[in-house]
Amino acid sequence: MNKSEKTALLQSAGAAEEIEGRSLWRDARIRLFRNKAAVGSMIILGIITLLAIFAPLLSPYAYDQIDWGYIQEGPNWENGHIFGTDGNGRDLFIRVLYGARVSLAVGLLATTVSLIIGVTYGAVAGYFGGKIDSIMMRFVDVLYSLPFMFFVIMLMVVFGRNIFLIFVALGAVEWLTMARIVRGQTLSLRRREFIEAAHATGVSNFKIIFRHIIPNVLGPVIVYMTLTIPQVILTESFLSFLGLGVQEPLTSWGVLISEGAKVIEASTWMLIYPAVFLALTLFCFNFIGDGLRDALDPKDR
Amino acid sequence: MSVMNKSAKKDASPILSVRDLKVHFPISSKGLFAPDRQLKAVDGVNFDLYPGETLGVVGESGCGKSTLGRAILQLIPPTDGQVAWLGKNIVGAPHRDMQPLRRDLQIIFQDPLASLNPRMTIGEIIAEPLVTHKPELGKEEIKARVKRMMARVGLLPQMINRYPHEFSGGQCQRIGIARAMILEPKLIVCDEPVSALDVSIQAQIVNLLQELQREFDLSLIFISHDLSIVRHICHRIMVLYLGNVAELADRDSIYAAPRHPYTKALISAVPIPDPEIERNKERIVLTGDLPSPLSPPSGCVFRTRCPFAKDKCAQEPPVLERVSDSQEVACHFHDSI
Repeated sequence: MNKSEKTALLQSAGAAEEIEGRSLWRDARIRLFRNKAAVGSMIILGIITLLAIFAPLLSPYAYDQIDWGYIQEGPNWENGHIFGTDGNGRDLFIRVLYGARVSLAVGLLATTVSLIIGVTYGAVAGYFGGKIDSIMMRFVDVLYSLPFMFFVIMLMVVFGRNIFLIFVALGAVEWLTMARIVRGQTLSLRRREFIEAAHATGVSNFKIIFRHIIPNVLGPVIVYMTLTIPQVILTESFLSFLGLGVQEPLTSWGVLISEGAKVIEASTWMLIYPAVFLALTLFCFNFIGDGLRDALDPKDR
Repeated sequence: MSVMNKSAKKDASPILSVRDLKVHFPISSKGLFAPDRQLKAVDGVNFDLYPGETLGVVGESGCGKSTLGRAILQLIPPTDGQVAWLGKNIVGAPHRDMQPLRRDLQIIFQDPLASLNPRMTIGEIIAEPLVTHKPELGKEEIKARVKRMMARVGLLPQMINRYPHEFSGGQCQRIGIARAMILEPKLIVCDEPVSALDVSIQAQIVNLLQELQREFDLSLIFISHDLSIVRHICHRIMVLYLGNVAELADRDSIYAAPRHPYTKALISAVPIPDPEIERNKERIVLTGDLPSPLSPPSGCVFRTRCPFAKDKCAQEPPVLERVSDSQEVACHFHDSI
């Protein structure tokens, strides 16, 4: 068979249906869905998220409504206070769900902020290397050395107590580690031949970073992200516990746990319910992170 | 195969002229105030490349073959010297002037899988040069061209949505060739394109490169350490030793009558597929290792391993001398040895 016939044959074969490839992402998804702990965690997290979103529909009480008849009463199915009430007679169930709203929102938003800044910053530093890299990473080191509590208290003093400040403060701190991770990955990637091929073709630096580098560092980034969310939720709880977080009557899991801890002997339910929700959420995120790491990096096991 | 090109090349002007090309890497020294040392990866290389010609670059590991290839494409900025593409020097050219030239200059890598982005489909990979240089074509036209090129390099076009890890090494190298060919360049630097493949696949890839060369009147710079393949595909061969050209000659001259002692040793090491001859042939065995390019020997860089080295070799470096119409040698004593 000569060359032109062969080519013609190949071209006619090309008229056939295109075969769908199995991307690394799809392989990873299949592996992730085989992981029972991760799937279970996703279901539980999904339920908690739905509860938080539809909170007002699930309880006859509002989160700031005081029920004078039942002040600091234990769980009771008959009057609708299924998790009991707090010291001000507010329904604990609805307050835990509102707390979930704040905690999850802080977790997701602060992590997203840290993701966008950290990935871009780290990829740029690692890709250009040399002096640019040194300067950018020294700036990260300086920010790292800033005491976090001091930073938050300073913000509170200057701008007053505000929920958005928590987002800003957490985002501003969490992106540092992300930038370091991405920079390290980028350093090892940028000498790879496919990056060199892109250079040889004349692809712009901007496109190389966003088309070739970032998709290839996303694996470790996603894993780190799922581990950042619980960390952020925990930090927010910690700040709220200290009285630096959200303001009354709005609440978060940290605030609820803090209030519950004060009355642990008299009314245990005030501590147990928010604590169970917080612990469950943290467990779930960690299991998902674990599952994702195994799924994205099958050689690592 | 080479007859057509040989006759064609003499009357054409070179598409690529490399003059005194140097690539030195600064190596930071241990002491705080000690000056940086220079690693001379490529140290003064000269050659011309004609349209439709294949120039083989051979030499042992660390002699600067790959660095030379990348310096020609300006992927590693040369320290000194000239690379004239179609008569115009491109060393130190600003990005804006370099961009249109990238269409004509392409590269194929040694490791086929590592040269493909694992997160992109092969359709996207092959299309990238088109998207970069001819965005006006539109999606449909680009896809059609990608499929045509896939068929041309021997890949089934319906594989367009597959990912690199779903292909074998030989197929990945075909993808790499398709990416390099899609803009119909004039020069491709092949950086050991077949070293990572097994022998039967090597032949397929080499034959594919030769077909493409004839079809598109391509010039190739074929970097390799495999002398049998170089003999099969190249018209002219350049032997590099420690960043310097030892010998530059036509394929037939270099295999029939090598003049440089290093080339002689290399050629004598090529196995001959006949046990009788192989057993009785004279082998020149070099002793010692390649000296460190951080502190190359004075004078002729080869003198530390050369069986014929004399005093003169330590004192002055030999220049590349034309010994016949088709052969240049850098050795003081090429007449006597």
